[in-house]
Amino acid sequence: MSKLQNVIVGGVRAVIGHVPASWLPGGTPDPLIDKRVSLGEQQSRIDGPDKVRGKARFAAEVPMEKLLYAAFVHSTIARGRIADIDVSAAEAAPGVALVMTYRNAPKMSVPPPIGMTNLKAAGNHTLPIMQDAEIRWNGQVVAVVLADTREQADHAATLIRVRYDAAPARTRFGEGKASAYTPESILVERNRLEKGDASKKLAQAAFKIDAVYTTPWENHNPIEPHAATIVWRDGRLIVHDATQMIHGTAGSLAKIFGLKPDDVELSSPYVGGGFGAKGLWDHQILGAAAAKLANRPVRVALSRASMHRLIGGRTQTEQRVALAADADGKLKALLHHGYGVKPLHSISDEGFTLTGRSLYASESFDIVQHYVDLDLLANSFMRAPGEAPGTFAIECAMDELAHALGMDPIELRRRNVATCDPVSGAPHSQSAIMKAYDLGAARIGWDRRIAQPGMRREGEWLIGMGCATGTFPFMRMPGTSVRITIDADGIAHVASAAHEMGMGTATVQRQHAADRLGLPLDRVTVTIGDSSLPFASFAGGSSQTASLAAAISAATGKLVTDLLRLAGNDTPLAGLKPSEVEFADGGLRSVEDPARQESLVSILRRSGRGEVSVIGESGAPLEIMKYAMHSTSANFCELRVSAVTGEIRVDRLVGAFDCGRILNAKTATSQFKGGMIMGLGMALTEETLLDERTGRIMSTSLADYHVPVHLDVPDIDVLWTDIPDPRTPLGARGIGEIGTTGVAAAIANAVFNATGKRVRDLPLTLDRLI
Amino acid sequence: MTPLTYFRAADRADALARIESGARLLGGGTNLVDLLRQNVEQASELVDVSRLGGAISETDSGGLLIDASVRNAALAADPRVRRHYPVLARALLAGASAQIRNMATVGGNILQRTRCPYFYDVDGARCNKRQPGAGCDALDGFNRYHAILGASDQCVATHPSDMCVALAMLDAVVHLAGPGGDRSVPLTDFHVLPDATPDVETVLKPGELITAVELPPPSAATTNADYRKVRDRSSYAFALISVAGGLALADGRVTQVRIALGGLAARPWRATRAEAALVGAAPTPDACLAAIREELAGARPLSGNGFKIDLVERTTVAVLTALAGAHP
Repeated sequence: MSKLQNVIVGGVRAVIGHVPASWLPGGTPDPLIDKRVSLGEQQSRIDGPDKVRGKARFAAEVPMEKLLYAAFVHSTIARGRIADIDVSAAEAAPGVALVMTYRNAPKMSVPPPIGMTNLKAAGNHTLPIMQDAEIRWNGQVVAVVLADTREQADHAATLIRVRYDAAPARTRFGEGKASAYTPESILVERNRLEKGDASKKLAQAAFKIDAVYTTPWENHNPIEPHAATIVWRDGRLIVHDATQMIHGTAGSLAKIFGLKPDDVELSSPYVGGGFGAKGLWDHQILGAAAAKLANRPVRVALSRASMHRLIGGRTQTEQRVALAADADGKLKALLHHGYGVKPLHSISDEGFTLTGRSLYASESFDIVQHYVDLDLLANSFMRAPGEAPGTFAIECAMDELAHALGMDPIELRRRNVATCDPVSGAPHSQSAIMKAYDLGAARIGWDRRIAQPGMRREGEWLIGMGCATGTFPFMRMPGTSVRITIDADGIAHVASAAHEMGMGTATVQRQHAADRLGLPLDRVTVTIGDSSLPFASFAGGSSQTASLAAAISAATGKLVTDLLRLAGNDTPLAGLKPSEVEFADGGLRSVEDPARQESLVSILRRSGRGEVSVIGESGAPLEIMKYAMHSTSANFCELRVSAVTGEIRVDRLVGAFDCGRILNAKTATSQFKGGMIMGLGMALTEETLLDERTGRIMSTSLADYHVPVHLDVPDIDVLWTDIPDPRTPLGARGIGEIGTTGVAAAIANAVFNATGKRVRDLPLTLDRLI
Repeated sequence: MTPLTYFRAADRADALARIESGARLLGGGTNLVDLLRQNVEQASELVDVSRLGGAISETDSGGLLIDASVRNAALAADPRVRRHYPVLARALLAGASAQIRNMATVGGNILQRTRCPYFYDVDGARCNKRQPGAGCDALDGFNRYHAILGASDQCVATHPSDMCVALAMLDAVVHLAGPGGDRSVPLTDFHVLPDATPDVETVLKPGELITAVELPPPSAATTNADYRKVRDRSSYAFALISVAGGLALADGRVTQVRIALGGLAARPWRATRAEAALVGAAPTPDACLAAIREELAGARPLSGNGFKIDLVERTTVAVLTALAGAHP
C-alpha cells in the first residue's frame, strides 16, 4: 500500500519492459501446449469417490483422545472495553474444562499479515487477539469455553455474563465517507490513475453516462464452516485445519506462539469450499491458545453465526462510473471513483477500480478508490475480490452507454476492446475476448434480442437479454515447490503442500505430470495438503494451478539432468545433453532419434538407486511485469421479470471464457459454473445485513443470508476459446475466480432489456423493480 | 441450549400431564429446536407429541379433520386436500424445504414463531417478544420482512407460516385440549396481535395443546382458489407477502370470495373488508384493486417495508383476476 511499493513495482516493470521476452518465464512457449495426452480430457476428480463415500476426513472429523469442544462468546458492542466478565457459572457447568478470556489467555503476538513479501504469513488483520479488554468490532470473541461435548460448551457459553463500557463506534458507511482515506496502491497497482484529460473529455463528449452503482456487504457461506482440530505435543503445535493457505497459516501460528517454523505441523487435505475465506482467522489461534492452556486437544467448528462474526466478508462498495464516447462509440474518457470499507487493521484489498484499467482503450482515464475506516471485522478475500463488484459497475455503465448510443452492446465493446494494456501499453500475452463474445452470442441466440427494452412479454413475464464482460488478472506465485520422486517401478510421486478445495488440484496436476513425464495417468500419484510437503503458496488469486505447473515443469527439468547422470555411459542415451532428450513411454529418449531411449525403471535399476527425487520451484512471475495477462469472459443472460411482483427468474446463463487452454474440461466446467452461480447470488439475493446502529451483522444464518437455491439456478452453458497463452505454463491462465465476474452486470443489463428499469444497486430484489 | 429431558408422549393424557408440569411440546422440532439451540427459548423438558394420532379423516359435515401431528408433507400430498383444498396444498409446498416439510407438523406450523432477526439475536439485540419491556430493535432496524398491519410500537413481527394463510382463508378451526377440557377456536382468532404484550402470540392457555385442525366442507370459492407467495428467492425463503384467494361467480358477479394475506401481520390476515367490497361486484382489476386498498387503508409501513403495500395490491389483483378468468 506504500509509495515505496509503487516505486519498486514501477521500476521492475520499467526494467522488465526492456528485457527480451525469451529471457523471461514463458519466453519459450511450453511444449505441453501442443503435446497433450491427458491434459484437456474430461477427468473425474481423484478425491470424488472418497468424498461421496464419506471417507474423506475433514478438519472437524479428525478423531482424538480426550478431545475438548470449543464454543465462543462474541462481543455485542463494536467499540469499548470489557468492564467485567463473570465466568463462574460457566466454569461450574457440566463438562467444562476451561474458560479462556483475556485474563488468562496465553501471550500471543499479532498475526503477521498476508502479503507478497512474506509467503508464510496469512493474517487477515493485525489486531491483538484476546490480549486485553478492548473491543474492536461487534462479534469479536471475548471468551472461549472448552467442554467434553459441543453441547456442554455451547450451554456453558450462554452462562457467561459480560458487562461493557461502550465507546462511540464508527459503524456507518455514509458518515465514514467524509473521512475516507486514499491508499497509495491497491494490491500491486498504483491506486490513482490519471491519463489524458478525462474531465475535459467528459465535459465535451457527444455521449456520456455518469452514474453511481452500489454493491452490498457479502459474507462467505462455504458448505463446510471453518473448523480445526488442534493438539500440542511436546511443545509442537499440530493443527488439522481447513485452509487454503497451509504454509501461511502454519507460519503465522509459529510467529503468534513464538515457535520455530518447523514446530507447527498443519494438515489440510480437504477443504469444503474456500473462496478466499479459508485462511487464518481468530478461531485457529484461539483454539490453539485454549488447547495449550487446557493441555488437551481442542476442536473448533464454527457455527454459521460465528462464521459471520469472525470471518470477514466482501465490503460494500459505492462506485461512480462516467463514460464518454463519440458518435461512433469510441471511448474518450473512463472515470471510475469509489468507496469501499477497509478498516486500518484489515489486510485484504477489494480493488474494484482495477477492472476498468485493462478492458477498454479509452483515450483518457481518471480512476481512484477510497476506503472508509470503520470499527468492523476485517475484510476477507472473496472470489474475484475487486473484479466482482468492479465489473458490475463498469459493465452496467457500458450497457447504459450502448443504449444511449443506440448501439448493440457487443458492438460497443468490439469498438473499444483493448489490444494492449490501455494504460501502460504492455502487450497482451494472449487475448481473444471478442472471440468469446462471438461464441457466447451464438450459443444464447443474441440475434433474438430486441434492443428496445420491454418489448418481449409472455403473460405477466417481461423477457430480456443482457451481456457483460468478466475479467481477472493472471497470477503465478513465486516459491511454490513440488517434489517429484521416481521410484524403482518407474512410478512418479508428486508432492507439494498445495490445496484441494474441491476444484481438482491433484487431479489436474496428475494429468499434467503424466504428460510432462510421458507416463500414463495410473503411473503418477499426487500428494498435497500438508505442511510437511514442499512449500506451496496459497490457493488464491486463481494462481495455484499455474504456480504448481511451473514448479512441476522446473522439477521435470532437474529430473532429466539427474536421470542422465544416473544413466551414465552404458546407455543408448550416452552423450546426450538434457536439452536433447525428452520423456516418453515411461522413459527418456533422444528428441532427434527416438530409438535411443531407456526406461526409468532400467535407469534406476542399473544405477542401484531405489528412487530419484528432485524439487522444482515456481520462480518469480516476471512475465506479468512485461505482459498484460488477464483471463476474460463474455457473460450472457436471458431472464424473466414478473410485471406483477418484480420477481426475477433467470432462464439461462452462458459464459464464454478466454482463459488460455483448458486443462480438464470437467473440473473447469464445474469451476466456471460455480463462479457463475456465485455471480448469480451476488446479482439476485446475497446481502449481509449489517445494522449500522451497532455494527452487528443480523443475517447470520442461511435462512437470513440468501445464497441461491437450486431453483434459482438456470441452465448454464460454459464455453471457452481454448486459445493457448504462450507465456504461461501449459498455456493456461487461472479459472477459479473469473466465473464470478461480469455475471451480475449481465443479469442487471438483462433486467433493463426486459423492463426498461435500470437498477444500479445490488442485489436486484423485487422491491427495486415494482 | 439448556440441558433437557426428552419424553415421548404415550397418549394425549400423558402429554397434557407433562405440559401441566412444565414440559414444552415438541412437534417436528424444525423451529423449536433452533430456538432452543440459539437460547431464544429454554426448556428443561420436552414432550414429543409428533407420534400421537396422525390421521386425516372426513367429518360428518363433509370437511376434513387433520390431527395436529400430521406432517406438512403428508398433508400436502393427501388426495382429498389436493382435490378439494388445493390452496392448502400449494401453501404447504411453498413453505420451507422438502426436508423440513417431512418433519414439521401441523400443530407446530401453527405455533411457529416469528423470524425477526432481532428476536433470534439473544445476546446482541433488544426484543419485547423475547424479553418484555426490553425494547424493539426492528422498529428502526431491518424491517423489510415485518408487519404493515396490526403491529404496535412494541412489536412489528410477522407470523411466518404459509400453511396458516391457507387455513385462514379456508375458515379452519383449531381444536384444543387442556386441563379445562376441549375447546375450538377459529384459526383467524388463534393468533393475537401484539399490542402491549407481544410475548403473547396465541390464545393457547397454559397446559393446552392443539389436537387437530378442522376444515369446513369445500365450496366453490375454496376449490377455485390459489396461493401465491412472493419472496426473495425461488424457494426456501419466507414470504415477503403471500395471498390466498378463492372466488366463485354467477353471471359475472362475485358470489363468494375469500382472501387471506401472509407476511403482513403477526397473524394470517383474513381480508374481510376486501371480501365485503367484492361480493356482488364484477371482479375487474379495478374492483379488486379498490377492494384490497380498502383492506390496506390502515396499513402502517415501516422504514424498510413500504413496498409491501404495492406488492400485496398487485399480487391480490393478479390472483383474483386469474381466478375470475379460470372460473368455470
